[in-house]
Amino acid sequence: MALFQLSRRDALIFALFALVVITMPVWTAPFGANYPGLMQKFAIYAIFAIGFNILFGLTGYLSFGHAAFLGVGSYTAVWSFKLLTMDALPALLLAVLISGLFALVIGFLSLRRSGIYFSILTLAFAQMSYNLAYSVLTPITNGETSLQLTLQDPRLIDLAFTTRGAGLPTASLFGVTLSGLSGFYFCAVVLLIAFFFAQKVFASPFGMMLRGIKSNQMRMSYTGFNTRPYALTAFVISGMYAGLAGALLAVTDPLAGAERMQWTASGEVVLMTILGGVGTLIGPVIGAWLIKYFENIFSSFNEGILSRFFDFIPAPLHDTIVAISSKFVGEGWQLTLGLLFVLVVVFLPGGIMEGVRRIGALFRRGTPPKAGAIRVQPAE
Amino acid sequence: MTNSGNFSRRGVLKGGLAGILATGVSPLIFTRGAYAQEFCNAPTGDTVTIGFNMPLTGAYADEGADEQRAYELAVEHLNGGGDGGLIPFFSSKTLKGTGILGKKVVGVTGDDQTKADAARDSARRMIERDGAVMITGGSSSSVAIAVQGLCQEKGVIFMAALTHSNDTTGKDKKRYGFRHFFNAYQSGIALGPVLGEAYGKERVAYHLTADYTWGWTQEESMKNATEALGWKTLEPVRTPVGAGDFSQYLTPVLNSGADVLILNHYGFDMVNSLTQAVQFGMKDKQANGKQFEIVVPLVSDLMAKGAGAAMKGIYGTSNWDWQLPDDASKAFTKSFGAKFGQPPSQAAHTSYVQALLYADACERAGTFYPPEVIKALEGFEFDGMGNGPTSYRAEDHQCFKEVYVVKGKETPSNPFDLLEVVATASKESVTYDPAIFGGELGPDTAVAC
Amino acid sequence: MDAILAQLLNGLDKGGAYALIALGLTLVFGTLGVVNFAHGALFMLGAFCAVSFRYLITLETVTVDPTQTTAWGTALEVRTPLAQTWFGDWGGVLIDWSVPLSILLAIPVMLVIGIVMERGLIKHFYKRPHAEQILVTFGLAIVLQEIVKAIFGPNPISQAMPTALRGAADVGALIGLAPGALTYPLWRLVYFLFSAGVIAAVFGFLRFTTFGMVVRAGMADRETVGLLGINIDRRFTIMFGLAAVVAGLAGVMYTPLLPPNYHQGMDFLVLSFVVVVVGGMGSLPGAVAAGFLLGILQSFASMNQIKSLLPGIDQIIIYLTAVVILLVRPRGLFGRRGMMEN
Repeated sequence: MALFQLSRRDALIFALFALVVITMPVWTAPFGANYPGLMQKFAIYAIFAIGFNILFGLTGYLSFGHAAFLGVGSYTAVWSFKLLTMDALPALLLAVLISGLFALVIGFLSLRRSGIYFSILTLAFAQMSYNLAYSVLTPITNGETSLQLTLQDPRLIDLAFTTRGAGLPTASLFGVTLSGLSGFYFCAVVLLIAFFFAQKVFASPFGMMLRGIKSNQMRMSYTGFNTRPYALTAFVISGMYAGLAGALLAVTDPLAGAERMQWTASGEVVLMTILGGVGTLIGPVIGAWLIKYFENIFSSFNEGILSRFFDFIPAPLHDTIVAISSKFVGEGWQLTLGLLFVLVVVFLPGGIMEGVRRIGALFRRGTPPKAGAIRVQPAE
Repeated sequence: MTNSGNFSRRGVLKGGLAGILATGVSPLIFTRGAYAQEFCNAPTGDTVTIGFNMPLTGAYADEGADEQRAYELAVEHLNGGGDGGLIPFFSSKTLKGTGILGKKVVGVTGDDQTKADAARDSARRMIERDGAVMITGGSSSSVAIAVQGLCQEKGVIFMAALTHSNDTTGKDKKRYGFRHFFNAYQSGIALGPVLGEAYGKERVAYHLTADYTWGWTQEESMKNATEALGWKTLEPVRTPVGAGDFSQYLTPVLNSGADVLILNHYGFDMVNSLTQAVQFGMKDKQANGKQFEIVVPLVSDLMAKGAGAAMKGIYGTSNWDWQLPDDASKAFTKSFGAKFGQPPSQAAHTSYVQALLYADACERAGTFYPPEVIKALEGFEFDGMGNGPTSYRAEDHQCFKEVYVVKGKETPSNPFDLLEVVATASKESVTYDPAIFGGELGPDTAVAC
Repeated sequence: MDAILAQLLNGLDKGGAYALIALGLTLVFGTLGVVNFAHGALFMLGAFCAVSFRYLITLETVTVDPTQTTAWGTALEVRTPLAQTWFGDWGGVLIDWSVPLSILLAIPVMLVIGIVMERGLIKHFYKRPHAEQILVTFGLAIVLQEIVKAIFGPNPISQAMPTALRGAADVGALIGLAPGALTYPLWRLVYFLFSAGVIAAVFGFLRFTTFGMVVRAGMADRETVGLLGINIDRRFTIMFGLAAVVAGLAGVMYTPLLPPNYHQGMDFLVLSFVVVVVGGMGSLPGAVAAGFLLGILQSFASMNQIKSLLPGIDQIIIYLTAVVILLVRPRGLFGRRGMMEN
């Protein structure tokens, strides 16, 4: 039973987190974010960021190529749909497996170097995967056109039991269709499992070892530890998380495009993790939700909405404020994101979680938390 | 949204079906005719929402911006504003400027970034968040095919705008997808004879091809059309979309033994590759004792504007051109020009026409229920939209109409006078057997979302 | 043979751009020890200096030509650039040569941008880990490109090269081949010569001026130079400005080859990092050599003969080279031992 045990504090965090995730359709409603497509993304990208954080947050290795594993996961899942069955479980398992293998190879090579060299290596591998998926691997990836289901797919397992339906099938779990809200709840459950596993990793001796790599790799190796297998394990685990997230993207919408492997997509998960708080459990989740919310809702704000929002301000000032603020929403939402990100890196290196902690400390009138506890310290 | 909590007769029936099919691949079957408005985003209030999904960023963003203008105009005209544009000329007289079926048309827009993934995402957002009953737009065949697949799944009609790949209404055709724009095969048929006459029968062609469905099918169609003339084709070179600098692909052309360069590029890619090819001196070069020539099989006003002087004298095909002499084209150009200060491009035209065609189909069907709207569009014959008599073929949802061969104007009389129509391929000549491209439309069953 | 020579020329002109960007990146890294992910954005800002310069000199007066009407019934507007009205033919020449002339604007503007960036943000990050430097400059890059997008829009804005430098030059005739056997676009040749010139100027500056000598000494041992009572910080600020100027100039001259857009910097960023790493972190000659090497490799990999042997090689050659070099020779071609390693 020890496998499923958590410390009391972790159990409390898990329970709270589960509550927040399961009630998402309720509390997102006031923000206009309670449509399935976005909530699915909240869950999926949270998994991606949690996984990324296992590598970056614990070991300090900054990977700029994690989107490649996400893409591999998506492609694997779509192929599982095409060749085997529309059931989600085989797709997820295969995706985790294949992206894990992929991560093993890339991680094995990349972890031979550290610091910025490691970042560039992961970046180069991911860009190679992206460019190949886009060009010569077209038979596997369908290139720019994206891999999709067709009416002629073999779907061996499904068709052994039923006849082919007239339209394109949707992903399912033991016969229950996974689209819309059911799709979200499926992602939510996977997210909770992923979160639980991350908690276990953080609390385990293995997690301690990884933190050791981060704070001082040199000293670790002097004590006789070969750190690389540990770092590689963390790399593979986080690659599997990315693959899982990619597979879920395919479950909720059975299409896989090469764009999701591009380095900007890798940059996005870095942004999520930093924004929320590196090395914390909840931080990356918050970062992921914030960025996805920005991307989906903030970006659809226009001058009309702003004008109504600032209605209480007198006319001449009103127009100026609307004109200025309109540069930061709609198509300019990334400007806000970039500014926010710079501010966080400069003033709050621990991300939003550090902010929360500082405010908490203020109320408790206690001593401020030790800055070193959550600072990013890459292995160099 | 799923159907949970819905205890209507069909809901129960469907639940039963899902139970029978052990794998849960439930084809949501509705009994034909019983369309008690149970379909995705059935308009309930006094408005109807249409999703405009077009590239506002990316390699084809220019076309996307023009599509956006066209949709703005179409919504205005459908709701009774402006001069009505093409509505008075449209042979079907159902549109009265009172919206669609008495409901005011509201548009929502999304940026598809010229990427299949992003386009699908944005279309999903418009269907799920904004409640769009129809999606239209797009300026890339990979985008059109991806969005069309989504729309089939969601039971939402997709009126494709700018997509020229044979696959859109061929291998990847869908019951819920409709295309007014012409395709690469038709470009080949129209352009072949003109090229033969202008450049002779003994030519060696070098293809630079955008590496995706549209590029591939256009390359194939152009290869077939020119080889029928007696031309030879060198091994084609595939280039990534949005490559920007094409110089490393252009450098080998000069010493390859080719005397014609065929650029299967579109949008900013074509503007870049064409201007760079001209920088390489390809327009004034002699090869094999002949003048070296460049051909751009699919060309638009916006690209001609972007390429500037490089476009002069270059042949291509267009779905429509604002300088066509018929009354409908003139009226549309007038309406569009007065509002935006520039003539409409072919992308704007096809987008506008698609929006009107959907509205008209709903009026004729008397409902927004997609299976009925699809029936109204299939096999629909119409005229007065600027391309002469046109028909929507039921077998593949492809429109058949005239195709225009255009040429970059040598001496423009004004800044907008960039292309001239030099030949017109009749509707009959560009009609082909739908079987040659295969594909399956799939069912028209409505889906509750 | 001609084909190979042509491809070599293409590699040199691509390599020129890569070398210039990588040079600036290495200057910053070598002097300040900062990994600058906003360097691509500086290239992009340079390109937009050219765009702004053209906007400035092509401010127009709009007159209406009543003899011509548009298809929608309004009179045709005729636009005449003010420069042409004021300076007559000279105005026309000015507009024609706007790209090379905008260098005059780009130098001071980029210098100021570089110095402001260094004083305002980067200097707070000297003591912080490289990962944080990457993050803050990455964020800065996003901010810069979004500002440009807000001002100039998302679409590329084409910049014409001077009429005299359009078209192709018969390079073959110069080296004794048959006329017409080897032609190459003039502007691309200009770009290559220009980059070679800038590179020579930077090296000369560092080699032959006292300023350069101090900076080189500082690159080797910052603390000792500081102990000697030399204000090394101010010189380093100026070096950052210089790096920005080098990147900006590369951007200005690149505009006729590729119409600039707001995310151009990001496209070049990955590439320039790969170049720097291949050359060896912190090595100026390494950056230049690697720039040309990768340009030439990329150009040759795009030839059909090579592609039919190794499908897809043109897409990945740059990254593949980087991976191989990093794994086999982590110091890069010219890198010093221990730079950015453990």
